[in-house]
Amino acid sequence: MSSPSAVTLLVATRKGAWLYHGDAERKTWRVDGPHFLGHIISHLVLDPRDGRTLLAAAKTGHLGPTMFRSTDFGQTWSEAARPPAFAKVEGGVGRSVDHTFWLTPGHASQPGVWYAGTSPQGLFRSEDGGDTWAPCSSINDDPRYLEWMGTAQDGTPDGPKLHSIIVDPRDPMHMYMAMSGGGVHESFDAGRSFAPLIDGLEVVEGFDVTQPTFHDPHCIRQCPANPDRLYQQNHCGIFRLDRPATRWRRIGGGMPAEVGDIGFPMVVHPRDPDTAWVFPMDGTAVWPRTSPGGKPAVFVTRDGGEQWQRQDAGLPAEQAWWTVKRQAMTADTQPSVGLYFGTTSGELWASSDEGAHWHCIARHLPDIYAVEVAERPAT
Amino acid sequence: MKVLIPSALRSYTDSAHAEVDGATLAEVVAALDLQYPGIAFRMIDEQGRIRRHIRFFVDGQQVRDLAQAADADGELVIVQALSGG
Repeated sequence: MSSPSAVTLLVATRKGAWLYHGDAERKTWRVDGPHFLGHIISHLVLDPRDGRTLLAAAKTGHLGPTMFRSTDFGQTWSEAARPPAFAKVEGGVGRSVDHTFWLTPGHASQPGVWYAGTSPQGLFRSEDGGDTWAPCSSINDDPRYLEWMGTAQDGTPDGPKLHSIIVDPRDPMHMYMAMSGGGVHESFDAGRSFAPLIDGLEVVEGFDVTQPTFHDPHCIRQCPANPDRLYQQNHCGIFRLDRPATRWRRIGGGMPAEVGDIGFPMVVHPRDPDTAWVFPMDGTAVWPRTSPGGKPAVFVTRDGGEQWQRQDAGLPAEQAWWTVKRQAMTADTQPSVGLYFGTTSGELWASSDEGAHWHCIARHLPDIYAVEVAERPAT
Repeated sequence: MKVLIPSALRSYTDSAHAEVDGATLAEVVAALDLQYPGIAFRMIDEQGRIRRHIRFFVDGQQVRDLAQAADADGELVIVQALSGG
């Protein structure tokens, strides 16, 4: 880093959002919240291009979805004038957004551009900092993609989700996105058209691996230090893809057999493309989706996925049955990389030494849906 | 017509009561949205369907059709069933 920066954690939960402002050493955290108490916040993200705009994807259990915006880093909020909504179809047969699930700021060269992924699965774009959103109808209403996306009844228990929207830092036209029921897809025209990128991935036994609809990517991350490298935590294991190759390779074989390589989050190192972290969960039998054996642990690879090491110092040694959702684990870019995750039991955990040691920042929050890092110049 | 706003939507109106006019229920909701931007989308989806947990009662009778005529002297009660746990 050329200049010191302060780390704030943006915590989205089932009952609102919280901001945790870290001190220079990332040892103490000042809590700011709740914001939007009672709202389901699926994602809270900073615009890194201006360092002050925040978007929060919100809904309640009984009202339609919306989007909240702040242009002063969370001091004040206003509601988006036109939240993500599908194109209207005459006859009342069209889809409607249940909730916005994922937010991605656009390319550094395109201030104001944002992308959103929703449930039911759809892609949306804003060109005014998230105030108004337009559906990417060339995908959302494409008959082939509609078939792959399935219906609200398919896949993920609370609705299939379009997630992991990635804009290539070298080219704003080059994007990836993933669908929890529908596979991984790549675009070379800024999201106007996509093509499946699923070779080498696995699906649940008995289903046709060539059909995108049966693919369940959980989280995809692009390495900042090598944008040609993608890591993926999938329903069926951990995978890696090095472009321009198009075939994913399963790299979870080095995980301990009693832990397995199933999970939701995927985190990459800001400067070392060989280093990545996962948070395994129990994906056996009826899919308990808890930490395997009630013993939560992060696993790290330092060699691109050949070998994995357990990192659980400071975490509960037993009888801890929480887990971590797909966008609830992240990293900062500090010289000694900080890692953070939020749990389904409302605990916020941090490590300031790349996962070697963990400590709990907060307890008793609602079910944590997302944790993002906001890094801004230190004041 | 007079409109009774449920608590979950009073962040828009700052009041339990509103007064707007329209020839149909759809127009009344549209008029509400003009006065309180964003409120309609929380109740009506982008396909024009009333959301699952929203109910409209006009003069005591539940109305499921947004095209139903609205009476300027009538009262609209918006009810929102709690959900989400």
